[in-house]
Amino acid sequence: MSTFWSVWVIVIVLGTIFGCAWLLLATRKGQTNDTETENTTGHSYDGIEEYDNPLPKWWFYLYLGTCVFALGYLALYPGLGNYEGLLGWTSTNQWEAEVQEAEEKYGPIYAQFGETPIPELAQNEDAMKIGQRLFANNCSVCHGTAARGQVGFPNLTDDDWLWGGEPEQILHSIAKGRQGNMTPKGVMPNMTNEQVDQVVNYVLSFSGREKDAEAAEAGAAVFAQACTACHGADGTGMQAVGAPNLTDNIWLYGSTYEWIKETVVNGRQNQMPAQEGRLTDDQIHILAAYVYSLSN
Amino acid sequence: MSTVNANLTYNYTVVRQFAIMTVVWGIVGMSLGVLIAAQLVWPTLNLDLPFTHFGRLRPLHTNAVIFGFGGSALFATSYYVVQRTCQARLISDGLAAFTFWGWQAILIAAVITLPMGLTSTKEYAELEWPIDIAITIVWVTYALVFFGTITKRSTPHIYVANWFYGGFILTVAMLHIFNNMALPATAFKSYSAYAGVTDAMMQWWYGHNAVGFYLTAGFLGMMYYFVPKQADRPVYSYRLSIVHFWALIATYVWAGGHHLHYSALPDWAQTAGMVMSLILLAPSWGGMINGMMTLSGAWHKLRTDPILRFLVVSLSFYGMSTFEGPMMAIKTVNALSHNTDWTIGHVHSGALGWVAMISIGSIYHLIPKLWGVKAMYSTALINVHFWLATVGTVLYIAAMWVNGIMQGLMWRAVNEDGTLTYSFVEALEASYPGYLVRFIGGATFLTGMLIMAYNVYMTVRQKEAAAESNAATQAA
Repeated sequence: MSTFWSVWVIVIVLGTIFGCAWLLLATRKGQTNDTETENTTGHSYDGIEEYDNPLPKWWFYLYLGTCVFALGYLALYPGLGNYEGLLGWTSTNQWEAEVQEAEEKYGPIYAQFGETPIPELAQNEDAMKIGQRLFANNCSVCHGTAARGQVGFPNLTDDDWLWGGEPEQILHSIAKGRQGNMTPKGVMPNMTNEQVDQVVNYVLSFSGREKDAEAAEAGAAVFAQACTACHGADGTGMQAVGAPNLTDNIWLYGSTYEWIKETVVNGRQNQMPAQEGRLTDDQIHILAAYVYSLSN
Repeated sequence: MSTVNANLTYNYTVVRQFAIMTVVWGIVGMSLGVLIAAQLVWPTLNLDLPFTHFGRLRPLHTNAVIFGFGGSALFATSYYVVQRTCQARLISDGLAAFTFWGWQAILIAAVITLPMGLTSTKEYAELEWPIDIAITIVWVTYALVFFGTITKRSTPHIYVANWFYGGFILTVAMLHIFNNMALPATAFKSYSAYAGVTDAMMQWWYGHNAVGFYLTAGFLGMMYYFVPKQADRPVYSYRLSIVHFWALIATYVWAGGHHLHYSALPDWAQTAGMVMSLILLAPSWGGMINGMMTLSGAWHKLRTDPILRFLVVSLSFYGMSTFEGPMMAIKTVNALSHNTDWTIGHVHSGALGWVAMISIGSIYHLIPKLWGVKAMYSTALINVHFWLATVGTVLYIAAMWVNGIMQGLMWRAVNEDGTLTYSFVEALEASYPGYLVRFIGGATFLTGMLIMAYNVYMTVRQKEAAAESNAATQAA
């Protein structure tokens, strides 16, 4: 803040504290007696009188004590405008110190597993206990405490992988995050309502659940034009772009005709946020091993 | 006490109206509180309707108890006290009536708009801009009536109760206007004039002084009249009242920063908020001591007078919560208590223990005087109410202490590898017993209010019945 505002803050903070202390001392000085009295101020309001009693001593010292404490605290900590305080404390450096302390304390616990190859680490009980806790703290909000996912958030316990289930791929998904994007009506923006119905039936037919066999048959042509670029000619998907396999009856956004129609018509946007920077490399490594262990 | 002017009559009409509405809004606001407490135990009580959802009813609960119950009690007692202690009638019956009907209209508007989801999202200031303007108009009128009456007083000095009422009226006007500065977008939608952390600081400057001035200074005004009146003793120390009045109003306005510890608020403002909150302990206790010590020599009256018991217990809760408040304002304590149920418990030890109990005691003192009968219909029922209120408050705050400290500890507990021991849901599940006890405490308190309503109704009816039989006798 500018010097003007700094001075302003100092003046009003100290002014309030010294003003309070002055009020206290001045009132005490003006006391007519030191002990309890039956004298009143001589006023009467609707029959209420007021004794001219002194300020209770313990209360006086309590009050003075808090003022002194306040001044001492303001000397040590930042409170008076731009004055930084004798201790050099800021909320930011307190936070940084706590983060550093935690890293020093917990860093080695994670580091001991940082070099172990992921498939091997997935067999290590101690590491997987830590992995489960990391997962509960950082991943379970979306993927669930049992990692079984929910609508829009993949199940991590099955063998179906959107972006690949190899150690390096899992590591990448966690560290760098993923952006899943299905454009409305695939790459066929002029798809008619009839064609939507056909392609949905076709997609359902991969798992033998089509509602209308004729429409499903007609849908093959629509699928070839609109969907194969990502999902492949046979609908088994493409992990390089995160396009799901449509033939395994595992559904990220719901399996019914209505849900799939919604997906086709409006597309889907999804994001797995990158954890790099939030978590240390060692923590990410352990987490990747934990996720790997869920299906291996 | 005879009046100087034998022809002087006081305007009791507006006092009677506000006194009755204190009981009515108390029941409305506390019923909503009990309902939302129940929703936290049994979420199905949200009824799957937007209007009955916790998120919409919670602000209605706070508005109804603060502005409906507390507000009506403040209007009623301040109009009564200012007239009695200044020996002057309110300067304008018309303006006084306007404040009554205006205030009730605002409260009805709150009851309609908040469940509809129309909110400015500022805590305790949720009402949208047209209602904010109405509040400003009514409040300025209130100030005119109050200070106008003081200027035409026939006593040489201004009694301490009126300092507190006056300080409360002026400061609340300032807080309300500045915090609600907003740009209207539509008839019921506006955007705050402040951005980011400035908005947060304005909000808590307002929010904490809603507590400090609305819920403390105003009620201290009440205390300074009704405690010595009911105890029939002089106020303990005039000097103490001077010091604690000025210190209280000077330091309370600083305290809001403690709501934003460890946030984007600059460190200096957090520190200033914390040290002023600590200094606030002594001025707050000054009020408690002055009330308590007023009873010295009259303690035996507590055995027979449940109204006095309400007033004294309210002071004990006041002392307790104003000790707790400064402690919670300390950064390290706040790091544990922030966002937990401890805060809710702290607020309610003030709201139920202090604000509600002093109001209830004062209204019990007022009702017979306003309707010209000797006493309340049933002293035994006042006593029952007293015990229900006390037990209800203790259950409530004890449950929230346990929950709050438990939540704070569970949230910060870490395993040996630095990961969190408990997920949020685990802390929530552990809170259920506390929520149930809180619900029982709140329901107990509410039951007392229903008994009060019956007692007030019977007292007023008694008077009307007497008037009728009088008229009948005269006619015969």
